[in-house]
Amino acid sequence: MQLTLRVWRQPSPQVKGKMANYHLTDVSEDMSFLEMLDVLNEQLILDGEDPIAFDHDCREGICGSCGLMINGIAHGPEQTTTCQLHMRSFSDGDTIDIEPWRSGGFPVVKDLVVDRSAFDRIISAGGFISAPTGTAPDAHATPVPKVDADAAFDAATCIGCGACVAACPNGSAMLFTAAKVTHLGLLPQGQPERDSRVVRMIAQQDAEDFGGCTNIGECSAVCPKGISMETISRLNHDLLGALRAGAVPAS
Amino acid sequence: MALELFLEGDPIADTKAPTDVPIGERWSERKFRGKLVNPANRRKMTIIVVGTGLAGGAAAATLAEAGYKVKSFWFQDSPRRAHSIAAQGGINAAKNYRNDGDSVHRLFYDTVKGGDFRSREDNVHRLAEISTQIIDQCVAQGVPFAREYGGLLDNRSFGGAQVSRTFYARGQTGQQLLIGAYQAFERQVAAGNIETHSRTEMLDLVVVDGKARGIVVRDLVTGEVTTHVADVVVLGTGGYSNVYYLSTNAKGSNTTAIWRAHKRGAYFANPCYTQIHPTCIPVSGDYQSKLTLMSESLRNDGRVWVPKERGDSRPPQDIPEDERDYYLERKYPAFGNLVPRDIASRQAKNVCDEGRGVGPGGLGVYLDFAEAIERLGRKAVEAKYGNLFDMYARITGEDPYSAPMRIYPAVHYTMGGLWVDYDLQSTIPGLFVIGEANFSDHGANRLGASALMQGLSDGYFVLPNTITDYLSAGPFEKVPADHPAIVEAEEGVKAQVEKFLSINGTRTVASFHRELGRLVWDYCGMERTAEGLRKALDRIPEIRKEFWTNVKVAGDAHTFNQNLEHAARVADFIELAELMCIDALHREESCGGHFRAESQTPEGEALRNDEEFAYVAAWGWTPEGEPPVLHREALEYEYVHLAQRSYK
Repeated sequence: MQLTLRVWRQPSPQVKGKMANYHLTDVSEDMSFLEMLDVLNEQLILDGEDPIAFDHDCREGICGSCGLMINGIAHGPEQTTTCQLHMRSFSDGDTIDIEPWRSGGFPVVKDLVVDRSAFDRIISAGGFISAPTGTAPDAHATPVPKVDADAAFDAATCIGCGACVAACPNGSAMLFTAAKVTHLGLLPQGQPERDSRVVRMIAQQDAEDFGGCTNIGECSAVCPKGISMETISRLNHDLLGALRAGAVPAS
Repeated sequence: MALELFLEGDPIADTKAPTDVPIGERWSERKFRGKLVNPANRRKMTIIVVGTGLAGGAAAATLAEAGYKVKSFWFQDSPRRAHSIAAQGGINAAKNYRNDGDSVHRLFYDTVKGGDFRSREDNVHRLAEISTQIIDQCVAQGVPFAREYGGLLDNRSFGGAQVSRTFYARGQTGQQLLIGAYQAFERQVAAGNIETHSRTEMLDLVVVDGKARGIVVRDLVTGEVTTHVADVVVLGTGGYSNVYYLSTNAKGSNTTAIWRAHKRGAYFANPCYTQIHPTCIPVSGDYQSKLTLMSESLRNDGRVWVPKERGDSRPPQDIPEDERDYYLERKYPAFGNLVPRDIASRQAKNVCDEGRGVGPGGLGVYLDFAEAIERLGRKAVEAKYGNLFDMYARITGEDPYSAPMRIYPAVHYTMGGLWVDYDLQSTIPGLFVIGEANFSDHGANRLGASALMQGLSDGYFVLPNTITDYLSAGPFEKVPADHPAIVEAEEGVKAQVEKFLSINGTRTVASFHRELGRLVWDYCGMERTAEGLRKALDRIPEIRKEFWTNVKVAGDAHTFNQNLEHAARVADFIELAELMCIDALHREESCGGHFRAESQTPEGEALRNDEEFAYVAAWGWTPEGEPPVLHREALEYEYVHLAQRSYK
């Protein structure tokens, strides 16, 4: 098939970006979206032009590196990661807009690459269970009901790609934070730090340049792992409980 | 063996395992004999950890908890991206929760046998001992392993074992374990105990007075080249499967950190031991950038078959039961579809070579779930393997619930890596190597669900207990920024970057990578012959020469430049490929994943030659044009009886 790509080009954070047009022929429908960009990049390199920068690594939908705004939808028309999107989802003659995630919390590094280190800082603020190596009791010491373990797992499948932020009209990171609060809050091991965790993570999220959550749900609709809006309800429940119990974020 | 290929060096041996006590006591004895570092002194010492996968992430977190100053480096944007995240099936542990006869000794035995008797007994026994602690640790961190209705942990079976000892989190075990390590890591970042360097790639090792004292890195965003010094350097930088271009590894996975350490004096052990995973989605076109694995756990319920007749082009549903050849069940009745990976892969290759392969180009076999869906119901199959089936459907556009999957082997893991002793220290004092980056535990073939076990064992439990013996002599004398070793290493890195950008030839980096990968796959892949390896060894120097005179690298040195990153990695893959082929050519026996066509049993199984080859081949680097030096570490088996491996 033949395609016209309109791609966001921005050499560095300091330089203003713009859309550039590229024409591609002989695109196979079995190609992944990123393989299509590989083909374009090899051509650009041979033509002496700067190839398009985009983050990618595992290319099997689990590392969370890739993430493109495709025709205005985070990760494009299928609810999956960009690397798992295949060209059979497009038609001959299509024009495709490709942009980076757009959010104050994710400054552009170059072209389609953004800085998502704010996510690491949110985890750092409290997205863990304090269990120093060597301190653990036997794994069967505390049985965990299967429903809780399964629900915790569902929340824990978040890959930290940032599509939720990119899709949110407010640029909120709430689904990301809620997924971690839910994962750890559903497990018995996560109870001792449950109150402080939610308060600290929310405080860090607010300190980054993310917007507030107004329960619109665009985040969950594009999430490649289908993280549910229920996690946000759980976060709000935990936050209210924690604040009523007097938890305060560490200064 | 032709002498021009390599030079004979002195033998090498591990001196750290206390072999004067029985094997079950050696790990505690080593911990007792090794010197310790008191908590007040730990604060004075800096440890560099490169890589944030299961090994590197776990090590950085644990060392930081212990009180050392840790500096962590990774090339991705976040420490959570390391490729451990993609491991699907599970992690082994000798918990014997199933009451099915498992024990530390059985896991030890299975792993030594699975590695085709080419691993070090002491290391494998320690791994089996630690396996149970890993599960405890991960559960305490909140890793949501699969559980049964009673709330206890579930298990499944994996290749090469007759017990159920594999713990799992649906098809995303690696992700959940890595996120556990990442959270422990981030906790230490918050505590100020880990200094982080994201999007930073190690490009050289700084060796001062014979000791590893630092690394030269390039900031991948700004292009700045700097040196970081420390008391000790730890590499947890993963394997080198991407030498084959197409593999199941992430696109960024590379050999650069360990290769450059090798060029500074660390021996590279068993480079030809590579694992070809039997269940991957077949290649669909020339543009293909990577291969996708379907977890080995699928072989618990999926049945592998091809048509009995060659060239049978009927759709699978139209081929009656008695015209199908369930060749693994037929040839290996005891283990059936759960034979180890090397055997399953080679058998798939054999049936395809016979012309009985299925799908485009005849390079595929069926993995059929019809019987499992009938026996368990679609719902149960969905619950167990749903995400894998979805992934298959997305990539191929076919529905695996209604037609069998097509699978073909693909490069997946490298058992070879930098040589380490029982303490995980390389031949350069102060350079420790953990996880897939070292060679230590899997011999010539790794069993399924053992990589996660080894990564976490090294990172959480082994390294933090062995590194103290080395550090007890520290903190070491400060290395000034203008030390000749630093200046020389930095200049070398900068010169290489400039060289890449100045060649301005006519071929892309990727085109060289594809050509190299195809060559190594053809001649140093699933089946190797002296003739083929000679061909590869003739061709690789030509590829290297052309690369250094005709590659075209885009952009400049001072901005984010992914093409430049790739160029440096491919340059190292080319050099490594040559050593792999030399290693494969010199090892005139078949063992595990290394199958030499000249050495097979009448039934076509790998035929070892213990008389001549029961050793680890540890290679020393010599400058281009001179043959590498072979140092042999003799493998002795005190507890496991050397035998022809049989899974029949």
